[in-house]
Amino acid sequence: MDALIQNTYPVKAADYTSAGRASADIKRRLKQLGVSGDVLRRVAVASYEVELNLVIHSEGGELELAVFPDRVQLVSSDVGPGIPDLSLAMKEGWSTANDEARSLGFGAGMGLPNMKRNADDFAIESEVGKGTVITMGFRLA
Amino acid sequence: MTIQDMVDILKARVLLGEDKLDTPVYTACCSDLMSDVLAFVDEKTVLITGLSNPHVVRTSEMLDLKCLVFARGKVPGPDILESAAEQGLVVISTKATAFTACGLLYEAGLRGVPVPMEWNTEDA
Ligand SMILES: Nc1ncnc2c1ncn2[C@@H]1O[C@H](COP(=O)(O)OP(=O)(O)O)[C@@H](O)[C@H]1O
Ligand SMILES: [Mg+2]
Repeated sequence: MDALIQNTYPVKAADYTSAGRASADIKRRLKQLGVSGDVLRRVAVASYEVELNLVIHSEGGELELAVFPDRVQLVSSDVGPGIPDLSLAMKEGWSTANDEARSLGFGAGMGLPNMKRNADDFAIESEVGKGTVITMGFRLA
Repeated sequence: MTIQDMVDILKARVLLGEDKLDTPVYTACCSDLMSDVLAFVDEKTVLITGLSNPHVVRTSEMLDLKCLVFARGKVPGPDILESAAEQGLVVISTKATAFTACGLLYEAGLRGVPVPMEWNTEDA
């Protein structure tokens, strides 16, 4: 199926000021397409958390948006450092965030579990030294 | 109550959204942890916070919040206000601490965003 929208947003490591721009744009585009309510909020929240993780935890990466007639797909991929223990990372409250991230109101260890809760499909793959790929799907009513 | 009522109760300054003060509000939440707000808020509500950085506004944008209340007289910088203005957010600032602001609003009938109060068996 052809995507109605496909866009890739590069996300820089440690760029705390711009963090969230991609998610704001994603939300705007979806709204323009007529996506609203619960789905729009869930995509926005998951997108923002995954984008912040790229900024806070990764060495840089990208967020890819693809919108199909019946679903929205978000794929976050980065170039490292990878996550050594995925089941630990998925636990509520587990965080390795630095003080800078914490001072901004992040680093509570709620991001990954929250993405999983908000997405209809959630998959995470990670390899230390290579990077992390997170794929999330959202059904459009 | 309306946002105007909140302004009166908190003796707040309106920083943005003068034209939307008649918006009704039913619930609020109070946190400095944006991840937490993103994890439990699922309705258009009010956020009371002592944190003033661009991510407070971004978080409000992602959740479509109605009103942002800065406690302890915090007034965010012009760049933060500009991005709040772009999304049409109402922003007010009160001299009260977050605790007192919450107490006054609760007393006046505003309630917290509903979250289950029961402990689950998985909560170790
Ligand atoms: N893209 C990533 N690259 C490397 N590590 C990550 C990435 N995303 C998440 N992590 C790891 O998983 C942990 C939990 O992430 P999350 O639930 O979003 O909480 P937080 O961001 O608040 O730390 C992080 O603290 C970090 O150790
Ligand atoms: Mg996170």
